Amino acid sequence: MSTATATVALEHRSPLRVLGWAVPLLGVLLVLPFVVDQYQTILLAYGLIMGIAALGFNLLLGYTGLLSFGHSAYFGVGAYSVALMVKYLGVTSMELFLAGAIVACVLVTAVFGVACVRYTRIFFGILTMALSQVLWSLAFKFFWVTGGTDGLRVPTPTLLGVVTGKGDKIAFLATAYYYYVLGVFVVCAVIMWIIVSSPFGRALQAIRDNEVRAEFVGIRIRHYRWVAFLVSGVFTGVAGALWVPLNGLTTPDIMHWTFSGEIVFMTVLGGFRSFTGPIIGAIVFNYLKTYAVGYTVYWQLLLGVVLVVLVLSLPTGIVGTAERLWARWRAK
Amino acid sequence: MSAGVLLETQGLLKQFGEFRAVDQVDFRVREGEVLALIGSNGAGKTTLVNLISGLLRADAGRIIFRGQDVTAQSVHERIGAGIARSFQLVNLFDQLSALDNVALAIFSRHGKTRKLWTLAESDRPVWQEAMEILHLFRLESKARVLAGGLSQGERKLLDVAIAYALRPKLLFLDEPTSGVGTREKAPIMDTISSIVRSEHISAAIIEHDMDVVFSYADRIVAMHQGTILADGTPDEIRRDERVLTTLIGTPEASA
Repeated sequence: MSTATATVALEHRSPLRVLGWAVPLLGVLLVLPFVVDQYQTILLAYGLIMGIAALGFNLLLGYTGLLSFGHSAYFGVGAYSVALMVKYLGVTSMELFLAGAIVACVLVTAVFGVACVRYTRIFFGILTMALSQVLWSLAFKFFWVTGGTDGLRVPTPTLLGVVTGKGDKIAFLATAYYYYVLGVFVVCAVIMWIIVSSPFGRALQAIRDNEVRAEFVGIRIRHYRWVAFLVSGVFTGVAGALWVPLNGLTTPDIMHWTFSGEIVFMTVLGGFRSFTGPIIGAIVFNYLKTYAVGYTVYWQLLLGVVLVVLVLSLPTGIVGTAERLWARWRAK
Repeated sequence: MSAGVLLETQGLLKQFGEFRAVDQVDFRVREGEVLALIGSNGAGKTTLVNLISGLLRADAGRIIFRGQDVTAQSVHERIGAGIARSFQLVNLFDQLSALDNVALAIFSRHGKTRKLWTLAESDRPVWQEAMEILHLFRLESKARVLAGGLSQGERKLLDVAIAYALRPKLLFLDEPTSGVGTREKAPIMDTISSIVRSEHISAAIIEHDMDVVFSYADRIVAMHQGTILADGTPDEIRRDERVLTTLIGTPEASA
């Protein structure tokens, strides 16, 4: 009897059910550069990049229950490692940029992680923020290495060893680079989806829900938190590495804690209780910020108001609210 | 050490400031027995279980499990050795389903929670086993319900089911029927006791309800002010003068 029940239960939970909406969505993203203008495509590329950063961030917030206020550091490590590879090694290959950024992020998060995962809640948040501010001040003060507030320029990279941005830079960014970003985004999303669906991902959720009990099913919670911290930081670092060539320049701003706040904002905006929430939140936030900046010099005030309204009226974020409305509509 | 002893503590001590919560306790659990730990609030029962399960560190003394000194071992290592526990205040993963709660313990037991690259859903043997365990605890109809949405009695059983899913040799149950209605107590205890007895798991149950204690335990250990006051069969304990005066109050109260 229990066998029959179990089979039914398993069929109900096919991991492939995600493909139903993921494939059409990917189709839309693929044809988009042919439909909208270059500016919009580049804007979306920024959104997808921030989506990768927010996905990484949410492994800690949504799945492990740790609110990092220092993810700007890993974004910055990704971005600056690319810029320094250009400056000191003359590298132009995007794949080498990504590899270098990943290595740098692994090293930094491994060390920062050891310190941070000893704490939870506000203590964790403050410590991550303090450490990120250390990196920010290094980028800010060591101007002979980092260019200080002038930052470091990064030219358009070579993609897959063949595609270069010589000539029309905007066209390159809006087509070849957009598709490259989309490709990396899909790879990152799939990897993250597997991680959160793995037994390891389940263990993280267990730690989030109840750390004492997690320990008493034999999970070494600090060790798992550390691994989550590492993975989370590396994802955000990959986003940083993709972001620099698009932006053409990296400055210490992206290491500042206010940028960490933006990552928190976009994740909460989309909804940290769902897998897709941070992605949607990042893309929406990116549009919101771009147009708010263009519309008024008081854009921070505008975003602040949005955040307050959001937290008060949509605590589950865009995706959480959409899911609820969808469920209500279907129930009718 | 005599044959058949699964767990033994020697001079186990835990102090909170000046207060000796567990005071030089020599405690034993034999293979396959169901033991009840009784005593008034503050007698040291939960502290003793916390020391043995690894939630707390002992200030002095030794804990020997299956001939191995586990005093310095981490929680994780003790679980690997075969010590599991449930909690007095139910401790579940509230945002995961009942099935996920049990499956997590199975993944952990197999060392599979270290895997980042496989989908948890596609590991059929684990889900099969989790479903069987829920069936055993008569919770299979609640498999898909989030643990946070279960009734108190169901939560109590699920808590024990998680510990059981670790396939322990020794299972500590901290008040498995506290907080549930009187009518629900017997079914819960029947379920738990039939499972541990049929699988020869040694169980140590902390319990306040004397009816439960006398009907389900092979042996009773009574604690008082951090020490062991009496140790014997239910009949011996029922007749023990010290137990009657210090714990149960008057003989009438135990009826």
